[in-house]
Amino acid sequence: MEEKNIVEVKNLKKYFPIKSGVLQRTTGYVRAVDGVSFSIKKGQTFGLVGESGCGKTTIGRSILRLTEPTSGEININGVDIMKVKKKDLRPLRPKMQMIFQDPFSSLDPRMPVGEIIGEAVKEHNLVPKSEYRDYVLSIMKDCGLRPYYIDRYPHEFSGGQRQRICIARALALNPDVIIADEPVSALDVSIQAQIINLMKDLQEKRKLTYLFISHDLSVVEHISDVVGVMYLGTMMENGPKESIFKNPLHPYTQALFSAVPIADPDVKMNRILLQGDIPSPSNPPSGCKFHTRCSKCMDICKTEVPTLQEYEPGHCVACHLYNKKKTENK
Amino acid sequence: MEDLQARNQQEQDEFEQNQVIMTPGQLVMKRFFRNKLACVGIGIIVFMVLFCAIGPFFSPYGEYEIFYINNETKEEVRMQQADVGASYMGVNVKAPISSKHWLGTDADGRDVFTRLMYGGRISLTVGFVVVIIELLVGITLGGIAGYYGGIVDMIIMRLVEIFYCIPFIPLMLITSAIMFGYGISPKYKIYFIMVVMGVLYWAGVARIVRGQILSLREMEYMQAAEATGIRTSRKIFKHLVPNVMPMIILIATMDIGSVILTESVLSFLGVGIAWPYASWGNMVDAVNKSVIMKNYLNIWMPPGICILLTVLAFNFIGDGLRDAFDPRMKR
Amino acid sequence: MSREEKKEQRAKLREIKKFNNKKYKEYNKMMKQKNVPESEYLTTMKNPDNILEFDNLRTYFYTDTGTVKSVDGVTFEIPRGKTIGVVGESGCGKSVTSLSVMRLLQGPQGQIAGGAIRYNQESKNRAIDLTKIPVKEMEHIRGNEISMIFQEPMTTLNPVFTIGAQLSECIKLHNPNMAEEDVKNRALEVLKLVGIVREGIYDNYPHELSGGMRQRVVIAMSLACDPQLIIADEPTTALDVTIQAQILDLLRDLKEKINASIMLITHDLGVVAEMADYVVVMYAGRVVEQGTADEIFHDPKHPYTIGLMKSKPMINERVERLYSIPGNVPNPINLPPHCYFKNRCESCVEKCEGAYPELIEVTPTHKVSCHLYENGNSGKTGGNK
Repeated sequence: MEEKNIVEVKNLKKYFPIKSGVLQRTTGYVRAVDGVSFSIKKGQTFGLVGESGCGKTTIGRSILRLTEPTSGEININGVDIMKVKKKDLRPLRPKMQMIFQDPFSSLDPRMPVGEIIGEAVKEHNLVPKSEYRDYVLSIMKDCGLRPYYIDRYPHEFSGGQRQRICIARALALNPDVIIADEPVSALDVSIQAQIINLMKDLQEKRKLTYLFISHDLSVVEHISDVVGVMYLGTMMENGPKESIFKNPLHPYTQALFSAVPIADPDVKMNRILLQGDIPSPSNPPSGCKFHTRCSKCMDICKTEVPTLQEYEPGHCVACHLYNKKKTENK
Repeated sequence: MEDLQARNQQEQDEFEQNQVIMTPGQLVMKRFFRNKLACVGIGIIVFMVLFCAIGPFFSPYGEYEIFYINNETKEEVRMQQADVGASYMGVNVKAPISSKHWLGTDADGRDVFTRLMYGGRISLTVGFVVVIIELLVGITLGGIAGYYGGIVDMIIMRLVEIFYCIPFIPLMLITSAIMFGYGISPKYKIYFIMVVMGVLYWAGVARIVRGQILSLREMEYMQAAEATGIRTSRKIFKHLVPNVMPMIILIATMDIGSVILTESVLSFLGVGIAWPYASWGNMVDAVNKSVIMKNYLNIWMPPGICILLTVLAFNFIGDGLRDAFDPRMKR
Repeated sequence: MSREEKKEQRAKLREIKKFNNKKYKEYNKMMKQKNVPESEYLTTMKNPDNILEFDNLRTYFYTDTGTVKSVDGVTFEIPRGKTIGVVGESGCGKSVTSLSVMRLLQGPQGQIAGGAIRYNQESKNRAIDLTKIPVKEMEHIRGNEISMIFQEPMTTLNPVFTIGAQLSECIKLHNPNMAEEDVKNRALEVLKLVGIVREGIYDNYPHELSGGMRQRVVIAMSLACDPQLIIADEPTTALDVTIQAQILDLLRDLKEKINASIMLITHDLGVVAEMADYVVVMYAGRVVEQGTADEIFHDPKHPYTIGLMKSKPMINERVERLYSIPGNVPNPINLPPHCYFKNRCESCVEKCEGAYPELIEVTPTHKVSCHLYENGNSGKTGGNK
């Protein structure tokens, strides 16, 4: 093992209660995240893909405890975040940062750019007061922002530049881990490429670790080292990018990959079309959550939940198709 | 090639640096002053405030000075010099418009123009004070409810609902009757009325502020503030308050108008500002007598017009502010 | 800012306002016109095989800060039975182009300032100019002969009516003489066409359906009256990848079943590649390149198209670093006189300082608006760098 795991998530669960009636009694739970485990090595990018409602955003927020997870274990840099009291969390914040999806609502419209970036730096006393302005300017330069932007307000900037400001805000705290929640999906293609390149450059320069959450498979493939595929709150498959994209094992992963339109009119690939819609996370199917839409569904899938098993080194999949031997041995 | 890029960048830099930087506040002001009606509203309010605040110093007469008339010489006599007991002395009631009395005198022989200024003082003061009270209570409670949520929110919101259910006019009638019963002087009655109105009006403010804070809390920049580990006090005062401010200013302007109107209604009904003090509302009260309504327009029309103009002006400003704060609302 | 500058600025704003008011008045006058003689909007198609021809269309928005030229001289055509893909980034005017066809612009700020949209109206066997026809006539065409599919299926459907009610209302509106029974049958028929065979869908409310289902219903509604042209404005952007695949599959299927042309507006090059026969690339309100899908995807000419293709990462294609087009889209007010892409272009030449380049024919179907390809030059000076 060349690098240590910097983020370790074990059996993370987040259930949102459904309340109804006058007394607001809990009548059920939305299982947004239902027992997810993964780990990220230092300096790597973990790409989390899945469709809307699969719980990928909830995972991102749970790791930072912006939403309180129901249960599980989150280790960042050896600290079990779940055991830290909410009050004592503040000094730990700078080490883990987040980039948000919507560049229009993630910047306070009443603050100039310099203050947005430097606010938390001041708060945590990361640099002496005399160097504060220079520090902010240097961060801005790293993120490709012109120095004279420092006194301007967010309303003057386009989406791409706003996203740069968001990245600068996260970067200013000198974090180890950055959780990027769909950072490019609100941007145009040409701007997307700029932001992705910026994120990659910064990673190299500062040895950053990313958890990159996105629904866009091509972007995830480009930026990630390890990829995890989620469906309805569960991890279906994860492993190194090369082996996942070359040889997707889970039927859902296969369908997902083949659904991406390719910008080449000659490529008419054999698309695996999934039937039906994603079931509601408040009432997930029994057994394997994917069995309602799976073309290779077997009897066992309807009753028994498959566990994440290593198929190749580092490449895990949660599907009964690949544990046949084990079940037979039982 | 690199040359070219550098040149393009330089071109863009120059262009951007020459752009006028505007703070969000300046932008709002610019949009606001582009609205003609809102400017008219500001004009009216400034005029009214000056008229009521400074006007009385230029008036030779007092607020409740009664003018007498010498029935024999037909000469007007001021209260101080009048020999009230004398048989030839009468009260100069309902005098026509003249150089001495620009708007004549009312049914009690007092100068209408002077009373208009003093009445305006009271009406505007009531408006401002009531709005300040309701804002203080409403923002505090609404802010607490919105920020902390949960059980606190539930209790405060139920309280708001209770306050919504209190029938305003009957309550004022009862309060007035009680005050009359205890013999509270008209001077203090004004303050009572202000406090009662303020306390009754906060519920609406609290509800709006709570809603605003709830929606702001979900904004990603609040999440970002949480994620970067900003102190709670700073989060509230640097992020929440400035962003709720526009809404609060808007409620305040809109409410001043409606408070002035309510005060007029109360005074008109005889429950508000009481004799001998003047307010625009109790001046319009003169219209109760059909003789005055028909023949002495100069007594009741001016205060009515003042109410109309002031309320209208506040609404213009409110509309202008709303469009300025949120240009998307404009259509 | 000095006082003089302020004064100057104010004068400028006043001028803009005056100009806008003049335009608004003209617009209102035009909208009020009731009886427009047919001769005024009758035209002839350049090519009778086309269903729609844009000829130098210009759609401007007269705003308080100046005139935004959202669409500035767009020329292309939609042949019968073919699918045209219009690609471009946000703000390039692709949606405004489609709204101009439907005459759904937010007036009086937004209006068609010039040019023509010639429509081959087969039902009456004539060709008309959609920019000039009266509102009444347009209402007849809208939804009946040209229909539109919007991006957000939830906002397109009315949440208080059942799917069946909305569908049959749509059918009845354009066929007032149809019997109740036939209307329902027709509604069920189109639902079947879009792959919804579930019982009881007719009585469902929109909120009871998932996003993909709703989009199918919206497509069904647009098909209900056998339109000649379907304008699909980002029909799959709000959907998940697997659902998007279903909808694209459906659209491709429909293309063969019905005899309609499709104008597909999207920012996703992959979607265009799958669906379109012809592609139009727009940038800052102008067409920069147009051609068959094959030509655009295999032999892109305009530096913008090339950059766009390269900046999108592809699955199973490894690159160390993504190509990215530097800079930002120019401000739509006060566009420069030269090529709008000049400041972001890497293969810029001396000539680019000059006037905006004309559309140059590379092949009879492939046109590009770039100085690099003038005089039969195949673009060796830059292009594929």
